[in-house]
Amino acid sequence: MKPRIEEPKASEITPEDLYAKRREFLRNAGLFAATSLAWGTGLVALSGRGEADPPKPPAPRAPSPGLTIVSRERYAGDEPDTPYEAATTYNNFYELGISKSDPAKNGSSLRPRPWTVRVEGEIRQARTLDLDTLMGWFGLEERVYRMRCVEAWSMVIPWVGFPLAALLAKLEPTSRAKFVELTSLFDPEQLPGQDRDVLPWPYVEGLRMDEAMNPLTLMAVGLYGKVLPAQNGAPLRLVVPWKYGFKGVKSIVKIRLVESQPRTTWNRVAPDEYGFYANVNPLVDHPRWSQATERRIGELSRRKTLPFNGYARYVAGLYRGMDLTESF
Amino acid sequence: MSPARARSLAWLEPAILAGSLVPFFAIAYRAARGLLGPNPIATALNQLGLLALIFLVACLACTPAKIVFGVTFPIRLRKTLGLSAFFAALSHFLLYAVVDQELALSAIARDVGKRPFIAVGFLALVLLAPLALTSTKQSLQRLGFARWKRLHRLVYGIAMLGIVHFTLRVKADTREPLVWGAIVAVLLLVRAVDAARNPKARSKAPRAVVG
Repeated sequence: MKPRIEEPKASEITPEDLYAKRREFLRNAGLFAATSLAWGTGLVALSGRGEADPPKPPAPRAPSPGLTIVSRERYAGDEPDTPYEAATTYNNFYELGISKSDPAKNGSSLRPRPWTVRVEGEIRQARTLDLDTLMGWFGLEERVYRMRCVEAWSMVIPWVGFPLAALLAKLEPTSRAKFVELTSLFDPEQLPGQDRDVLPWPYVEGLRMDEAMNPLTLMAVGLYGKVLPAQNGAPLRLVVPWKYGFKGVKSIVKIRLVESQPRTTWNRVAPDEYGFYANVNPLVDHPRWSQATERRIGELSRRKTLPFNGYARYVAGLYRGMDLTESF
Repeated sequence: MSPARARSLAWLEPAILAGSLVPFFAIAYRAARGLLGPNPIATALNQLGLLALIFLVACLACTPAKIVFGVTFPIRLRKTLGLSAFFAALSHFLLYAVVDQELALSAIARDVGKRPFIAVGFLALVLLAPLALTSTKQSLQRLGFARWKRLHRLVYGIAMLGIVHFTLRVKADTREPLVWGAIVAVLLLVRAVDAARNPKARSKAPRAVVG
């Protein structure tokens, strides 16, 4: 018996042109999907500028023996602290990369110990100090300060450190000491951003003697009760809360007392944009943006910027008689 | 291009349109999930601005691609790319005006008037608007090819304004905007060399329509 093959009814047979169209449809659908996906992901990657992969904040280190805090003071009213995660992943530290997230990603190359600080210039005796020795001279204080960046964003950060005034007193400045010049580490191996001449390295900042001696001026070695991570300027940085953040020179290796005003980095690069004083001043705009308001990191609406970043009663007296639109 | 070949590329334009929307959704999604970092408004502003420039450059690359490689398919993508550039630039501006500046119109007006980098960016957006509005076939017919083409040549100027805006914005590292500037310069050069080689082709097109 012959096996009987049941033929499909004529009505069930797909017409040839439809069969061909289906293939064309599938082909076009595949090409559509592949092309839109490729173009879309390409655009996301290109416009994302590496920001698509935010860095992890550093794991809180085990409490280090150096950070025994003897006093705590809050200089930011009832304004809440910026989250630790934001303060340690959103940084301007060009020595570790240009974008805000670079320093947290590239920080592992910086070796914060052993660390020495050279002190020289108009002091009784120039010498090289081991950082741990130097830190042993002072009780560490926690100071909660507002931090106002010249780019019109701000944070509230609990720093740990000692007053620069206490250190300067130990160095015994001569009568010719009118300014303090502080210099960052220059070592492209530890600070790979220095391979490129984005700024003239090393980074230099400075203060007038009375500004340096003001009790608010802090040499920070930690934040949020922990040792400073690389991206925040480990192991030693300057914090001057009434000035724009770029005054806060990081990873300091040299402190020099001098007679004339130091040539500071951003001021050298663009003197019409970054003054030597760089006091937070809502009335003096940066040429490229207004300084009247700021965005507090973590907040959606803008805050009014306060003269001297809210520290006028501590520091306004330093500038009596000066035209602050001229000496900005 | 034969009709059969043209039909076989019917998927291309919708695919580029769909792909062009992806980064906008990506930014919106990451903003909603808190994935734009500690300063999400600044991040979104930077990304939308760069996106506008990418679309503009892609748009400007279509004709040079034809000149150098002889491929004609990019030409049909110019409208989608141009409108995407306008959409990105407009989103960039609206994010600045509405979310960043909270519609403080006096502050925005002062910014545009006082700060060259904002003024230049604003001018680029204003100049993009008529190009977006006349991107339809009907507009092309209404204006006539010669006038339409002259109007749409503005896109070179707009791309350069975009690069100036970008360069003035960065603080110290001008490498990124300069790379984009170099790309636009190369694209322009290709056209200039082509125009110098075939002066006829350049003058014929407008006359043909006028006549």
